[in-house]
Amino acid sequence: MTTETGIGAAVKRREDFRFLTGRGTYTDDINRPHQAYGYILRSPYAAAQIAAIDTSKAKAAPGVIAVLTGADYDKGGLPCGWQIHSKDGSPMIEPAHPPLCKDQVRHVGDQVALVVAETYAEAKDAAELIEVDYKELPAIISTAKAGEPGAPQVWPEAKNNVCFDWHIGDKSATDAAFAKAHHVTKIDLVNQRLIPNAMEPRSAVGDYDRATGDYTLYTTSQNPHVIRLLMGAFVLQIPEHKLRVVAPDVGGGFGSKIFHYAEEALVTWASGKVGRPIKWTAERSEAFISDAQGRDHVSHAELALDKDGRFLGLRVNTIANMGAYLSTFAPCVPTYLHATLLAGVYTTPAIYAEVKAVFTHTVPVDAYRGAGRPEATYLLERLVAKAAREMQMDQVEIRRRNFIPKDAFPYQTPVALQYDSGDYEATLDLALEMSKWSDFENRRAEAAKRGKLRGIGISTYLEACGIAPSAVVGSLGARAGLYESGSIRVHPTGSVTVFTGTHSHGQGHETTFAQLVSDGLGIPLENVEVVHGDTNKIPFGMGTYGSRSLSVGGSALVKAMDKIIAKATKIAAHLMEAAAGDVEFKNGNFTVKGTDKSIPFGQVALTAYVPHNYPITELEPGLEETAFYDPLNFTYPGGTHICEVEIDPETGVTQVVNFTAVDDVGRVINPMIVEGQVHGGLAQGIGQALLERCVYDEDSGQLLTGSYMDYTMPRADDLPSFQVATHATMCTHNPIGAKGVGEVGAIGSPPAVINAVIDALAPLGVEDISMPATPLKVWQAIQSAPKKMTAA
Amino acid sequence: MPTVRMTVNGRAVSGDVEARTLLVHFLRNQLGLTGTHVGCDTSQCGACVVHLDGTSIKSCTLLAVQAEGAALTTIEGLAQGDELHPMQAAFREHHGLQCGYCTPGMVMSAIDLVKNNPDPSEQQIREGLEGNICRCTGYHNIVKAVKAGAQAMNGQAVRG
Repeated sequence: MTTETGIGAAVKRREDFRFLTGRGTYTDDINRPHQAYGYILRSPYAAAQIAAIDTSKAKAAPGVIAVLTGADYDKGGLPCGWQIHSKDGSPMIEPAHPPLCKDQVRHVGDQVALVVAETYAEAKDAAELIEVDYKELPAIISTAKAGEPGAPQVWPEAKNNVCFDWHIGDKSATDAAFAKAHHVTKIDLVNQRLIPNAMEPRSAVGDYDRATGDYTLYTTSQNPHVIRLLMGAFVLQIPEHKLRVVAPDVGGGFGSKIFHYAEEALVTWASGKVGRPIKWTAERSEAFISDAQGRDHVSHAELALDKDGRFLGLRVNTIANMGAYLSTFAPCVPTYLHATLLAGVYTTPAIYAEVKAVFTHTVPVDAYRGAGRPEATYLLERLVAKAAREMQMDQVEIRRRNFIPKDAFPYQTPVALQYDSGDYEATLDLALEMSKWSDFENRRAEAAKRGKLRGIGISTYLEACGIAPSAVVGSLGARAGLYESGSIRVHPTGSVTVFTGTHSHGQGHETTFAQLVSDGLGIPLENVEVVHGDTNKIPFGMGTYGSRSLSVGGSALVKAMDKIIAKATKIAAHLMEAAAGDVEFKNGNFTVKGTDKSIPFGQVALTAYVPHNYPITELEPGLEETAFYDPLNFTYPGGTHICEVEIDPETGVTQVVNFTAVDDVGRVINPMIVEGQVHGGLAQGIGQALLERCVYDEDSGQLLTGSYMDYTMPRADDLPSFQVATHATMCTHNPIGAKGVGEVGAIGSPPAVINAVIDALAPLGVEDISMPATPLKVWQAIQSAPKKMTAA
Repeated sequence: MPTVRMTVNGRAVSGDVEARTLLVHFLRNQLGLTGTHVGCDTSQCGACVVHLDGTSIKSCTLLAVQAEGAALTTIEGLAQGDELHPMQAAFREHHGLQCGYCTPGMVMSAIDLVKNNPDPSEQQIREGLEGNICRCTGYHNIVKAVKAGAQAMNGQAVRG
């Protein structure tokens, strides 16, 4: 295969032409004949009873086709896809989640009514005429306070607002480790709530065809088949063969477009009711109060160390905020995607973690880029950095001393996971070199001369992705399998259409998967087309999240290619009058071993569809194969992130002046795309560390950061250029060796940034700063620091 | 309902609009030019940037009627057939886009930036794009693309 387009080549993306010329097709770009528009009336209160709703004026307003409320809605509620059991064996509290509220609203933004009108403006105008008699109730917002006695209750069935009270690990072994500790480091941390903010607001077009009885939903989703399954089977009771879900070009997801949302069900249902296609598109202000939000943990953690700084045990207690309802995958995020990562890259022999999930009167929280793993990494890497300072150890040495050695794989952690491969020393060494770590003190001194506080921080992280082995996740509460599908259709003249169950919303699968298949079948890249996102075209698949597309979806394609090659080899053997066992396939040609007899892939393809000279009694004509790949394990990317900051003590402004990321993502197909994924993840991680925070008013439950005027999205001038590199150890259990890259940037970076800020402020005696380290917070820390700045 | 007339991508267009119709909605819904996107409702994100009489503007911040008689260029009007504008080509070459949603506005802003500053430094590019939010790329490759796009535009100007 040519190296210009094969595995490892930085092929320019084939998606780009349409995006650069305005020819992408995003959901809001789709217009169906006779389309009407939907507007959702949302609750202005965090908690209130709905005493009455009067829609008469709205129904009489110009252009209005229908006004639908909870009283009209006769279908099912939104399901939760993961069930956690508490310590005592009881199942989590799983409250009703109706698409339209009937009697009570539970967060600002909760859906109250759907107005359908000829134009969007008419629908929005009419919604203002709906009279809702709300009886406001006290709200509980605070994660830490939700479980306290006397707190307002979100759900009557969830006592003290507890959804579940879960644990993992060996408590007595951990207690024993702490009993023999030389030193114990303790830390209290908040992993603040974030708003994912994909640039494309969510949108949905429901289209019921009365002639056929078929429903079509166009939606901004990362996983159209999952939406079809959840909405069809659990919410609207539409059988799969009568429901098509299309997720066309999607403008970013970051997790927030995994979930099945009320609006998808409402426009589909209402389209059947009114007999017109209905489009709903979120305004950004609406997205802020209706897109699932991310993170929101309050944790206390303790690390037991021996006199040499070796980790003996780790105790973690986390409260995780679920919001008002359970979003699709919310319960697995603070549990199996968080606490199972608490070993990190270290040999900590005993770990015990408790996670209590609570309901509050806030927007539901679910997976956001990294999902649980950034929380675990932040906790661990802040704790390790603090331990090093307390024990007066070097930040690098304490990590090296506790690394899982590269010859220890497969490595069983005390919190369920078994890592397959890694080389943490290698990524660390490369990052130290690239960041010029050893020369840092000179840079600190030089900055001090300019009146700046300079600091450096490190994070050596690991994550688990490539989600996931179905039997394993099933035993842990998942209500779905997490395999992936792939189909390869070889056309008569030898070109190929690839159908994948994964979904691309910025990741460039149309390019990467084409490279993978072009390389595997030995055919030119331009002869491969990749199709995704339409349940009427692709086989059932689980979509894209958890950095799974290449390691799981790509592996399904490899398995499908294996089947294609196996069949094609038999056809080639027949054509060359050889035994199939004597025919080998290489670089797009079938060759009889030890001879010069050879025929190209295209000739075999043509023979499969024009089977005149064909082993017809043994083989069916045609050349098209589907494979489903269920991974044997999670994959375990890891690496080292090093951040260098400069703080202006006069203003408290923190500037990231250098950022180095060395990640082990396994096999790289397209290094240009891989680097781009890391860059984007780093921006979100640095955003969390320095800029972003979702804030609700604690009394009223109003979202105070409800627009881009209030919620700080990272801008170009907030970020530096990044130094990124990869160092691969191969995943041992999938056929590609890929581990996944989508989330590493967001997982490894936040503690590197905060450790750098603390390092910068450490000369003043500052020991802690919480995320986001805003100028105000940093300035206040400097003002109230035990020591004052000395003139350089 | 007022009627608006303007030139869009070299073509004279007109349409009846409600007075409150934003320019971006006129472009998207009435002219079918869906390459111009809406990413926010507070004029922060820049996904809707187009050129009005040669200057970049946020088309969500202007009423359609305010563009009466103006000459507009949208992302659809940049390429000459299959030949991308140098800035578009630079974004492709340097992987300056991922999901593509902010891209049209980002490209339109970048072109205007370079018109005003033919040889921008990295810091000037970063500050110049402050009104365009991207959630995918971390801006690293956008900055590289704009730098390269500026050079290509200058080269074209010299040739032209």
